[in-house]
Amino acid sequence: MKTTELPRWAGAFVLPLLNLLTALVIAGLVIKLLGESPIDSLRILIGNSLMLEHLGYTLFYATTFIFTGLSVSIAMKAGLFNIGSEGQMYIGGLGLTVAMLGLDSSLPAILLIPAAILCSMLFGALWAFLPGYLQAKRGSHIVVTTIMFNFIASQLMNFLILKMIPEGEQNPSSRPFAEAGEMPRLGQWIPQFADSPVNLSLLLAIVALAVYALLVWRSPWGYKLRATGLNPNAAHYAGVSISRMIIVAMLVSGALAGLGAVNSIMGSTHYLSISFPAGAGFVGIAVALMGRQHPVGIFLSSVLFGALIQGGGELSFQKPNIPPETFIFIQGLIILFCGAMENLYGPALLKLINTTTTKKVSHV
Amino acid sequence: MQPAVEFRNISKAFGAVQANADVSFQIARGSIHGVIGENGAGKSTLMSILYGYYNADSGQVLIDGVAHDIRTSHQAIELGIGMVHQHFMLVENMTVLDNIMLGSEGGFRLAAQRSVVEAKLREICARYRLDVDPLATIDELSVGAQQRVEILKQIYRSANILILDEPTAVLTAQETGSLFEILRLFKEQGKTIILITHKLGEIMDITDEVTVMRGGRIAGAVHTAATSKEELANLMVGRPIVNELPRAVYNPGEPVLEVEGLQLTDAAGVRLLADIGFTLRAGEIVAIAGVSGNGQSELMQILSGMRLPTGGRVRLLGQDLPYPKRDADGLPAVFRKLGIGHVPEDRLRDGVIKDFSVMQNTIFGYQDRVKNRWGLFDFKAIAKRCAHLLQAFDVRPNNPDLRIGLLSGGNQQKVVIAREVLASPKLMLVGQPTRGVDIGTIESIHTQLLRLRDEGVAILLVSVELEEVRALADRIIVMSGGRITGELKIEQFDTTQIGLLMGGMHKT
Repeated sequence: MKTTELPRWAGAFVLPLLNLLTALVIAGLVIKLLGESPIDSLRILIGNSLMLEHLGYTLFYATTFIFTGLSVSIAMKAGLFNIGSEGQMYIGGLGLTVAMLGLDSSLPAILLIPAAILCSMLFGALWAFLPGYLQAKRGSHIVVTTIMFNFIASQLMNFLILKMIPEGEQNPSSRPFAEAGEMPRLGQWIPQFADSPVNLSLLLAIVALAVYALLVWRSPWGYKLRATGLNPNAAHYAGVSISRMIIVAMLVSGALAGLGAVNSIMGSTHYLSISFPAGAGFVGIAVALMGRQHPVGIFLSSVLFGALIQGGGELSFQKPNIPPETFIFIQGLIILFCGAMENLYGPALLKLINTTTTKKVSHV
Repeated sequence: MQPAVEFRNISKAFGAVQANADVSFQIARGSIHGVIGENGAGKSTLMSILYGYYNADSGQVLIDGVAHDIRTSHQAIELGIGMVHQHFMLVENMTVLDNIMLGSEGGFRLAAQRSVVEAKLREICARYRLDVDPLATIDELSVGAQQRVEILKQIYRSANILILDEPTAVLTAQETGSLFEILRLFKEQGKTIILITHKLGEIMDITDEVTVMRGGRIAGAVHTAATSKEELANLMVGRPIVNELPRAVYNPGEPVLEVEGLQLTDAAGVRLLADIGFTLRAGEIVAIAGVSGNGQSELMQILSGMRLPTGGRVRLLGQDLPYPKRDADGLPAVFRKLGIGHVPEDRLRDGVIKDFSVMQNTIFGYQDRVKNRWGLFDFKAIAKRCAHLLQAFDVRPNNPDLRIGLLSGGNQQKVVIAREVLASPKLMLVGQPTRGVDIGTIESIHTQLLRLRDEGVAILLVSVELEEVRALADRIIVMSGGRITGELKIEQFDTTQIGLLMGGMHKT
């Protein structure tokens, strides 16, 4: 039979790879225009991100992206485009900090860290609740409300963090947390990671990926979630409470975004600072699109974006002609090709597959 | 005289599937030519080749005796070929006039062109007695009127050969009648009409010649005057169709569903259902006949829990159905637990998730009943259940992992019915069970429903096909304008009487 759609392997691997290559080729051309060698740059990029001594940093960045990528993905599965992971992560950081400032002097690490993690999830979920509620009960579009909630989060945090600055300090950030609140770094056990902030949050992220896979594909709840995303009319017929599903999906999405803060703050800085998510929520959108909301895809694309940040920073350091913003530029290209134009090569690839399979059939 | 259209040895394969194999026939100018066949017989592929959507692998299409290589629908339009699709291609919030001008606006200034086109449309409407107001907005038109807009569009583009794909699937009996009058008028004016359908009655009523397709080939070509429904059905299916299906003696049991004074008024204050009351007993099929859009869909939605009534009482086995005050969100799950099965009217909108596999669709609505002790899906049990269900209902292809969207309408419907039957409901709501389903499958679906009835399930059937009502019902309720206008036993079945009730004529 003539396939009118791409086989799964082609859709899942070949297309994203082609899109990624296109983005890199264009990035290469721009680097050439800037007067640097694209090949040389690529070598620096890879050498400084995926080689063992730099892998720790790459994985540290990737950990945050796994959480925000999961956050965007689970909402997407319910048919909701959550643009607000950035704000949810930011507010998740607030929850974590509230727990830390209140408890870090009294609780041991074994209790303090889980408490802070729960608080970050709770605050992230709460920040996602209102857009979810408004979508479910009032039909306010989730894209609009979550964008607005990003702005609100940003202003709210400006206000709150200024109140948290310890006396005599200048930096817009809270006081550092006690040592008990530091997420153990993997460098303790793996010497190659000794210089990097990659920490136990990475394991938490991998657990989250597994739980996500289990929930979405192997549980009745995930089934209903996907049904709601694909066809709300039919989901209603099947007895799914659509408004509850929307609200719960947003709560889960917000909680996952909140977890992103655990890695950034408890794994690295150990204090709350202005704008600490630094766009990780938006990278989450790219991760979810490029990873096709699949756990393996989310992991791989998170590592890719982590590598771009890590290697990109080093690249602009070594090549003065290449500004640090290059990472944002390449990231934009990847989002453009993997997200907005993901099916660019679809028709051509389909044609290619069809001709080769037809040939096979006629040979038989 | 040259035939208007001639197919010569058309073959078209999609991969390993031969959709058209060596198809040759002629369509005489100024005739109404029927093309019939089951789903997948190759009718649509052939018409798509004529209309330039597909290119044939081999063979020729001749228009007025001249071979043309029609590669795009634009070329087809230039050759005077027009196609009225089953699903209308209209912009709902634009006027008839704007819809027809769309794509041929002719210049930057719309206003001047508008009055010219409007005059021309009025002239066409008058000539062909098409009752369409060019300034009406599409979404305020009935389905029949929207179809006339599609036809008007083709005439305006000076189509001489008109292809109609299942034109009556969405029409009421009256609308079908007026459509046929229009088509006859076209014929008188020398236009050629190709009618694709699977309704044999229509073929007998209106066509001059019929080409029957089966499995991508021509199974027969006959003059309508010299054939019969039975012969056509045999050609189409390749075997004789049993008209009377076996059923047990009518022996209704306890009342299962009691509806009293049911009301539904929508947010705009329009009365959709008024004072609906009836009783449905175990082991009987009550059919609700009526022109579609007269409240049947709303009634089914209320009974299945998808929508709340605004008044009245509904009892299932003596217990009031628990309608909440605020909204019906999640209510169908409650009703399903109470033993109400539901085969929805619009399969693709409500009944299945197109992108889910067949297997995933077999638990749709029952997803919470197939858990293991961890609260996760018990995939072994699901696979077993699915295999049983595909086998018992003869779903083809028997492949649980295929996306259900790739199955034919009939096989999708089998999956839906099988799923609902498997839950052993006490009350089964069945809406348009054979809409868009081919003849061979209709019979198997009817057999299943009758078996369910014989097992003592109460079945409420909504159908706009009187043939189907006659084949299945024990009692018939006729609805019109949101009210029940009459009720009769199957022995009293009388098309004229039912037709009058459907038209809102009360018994006096």
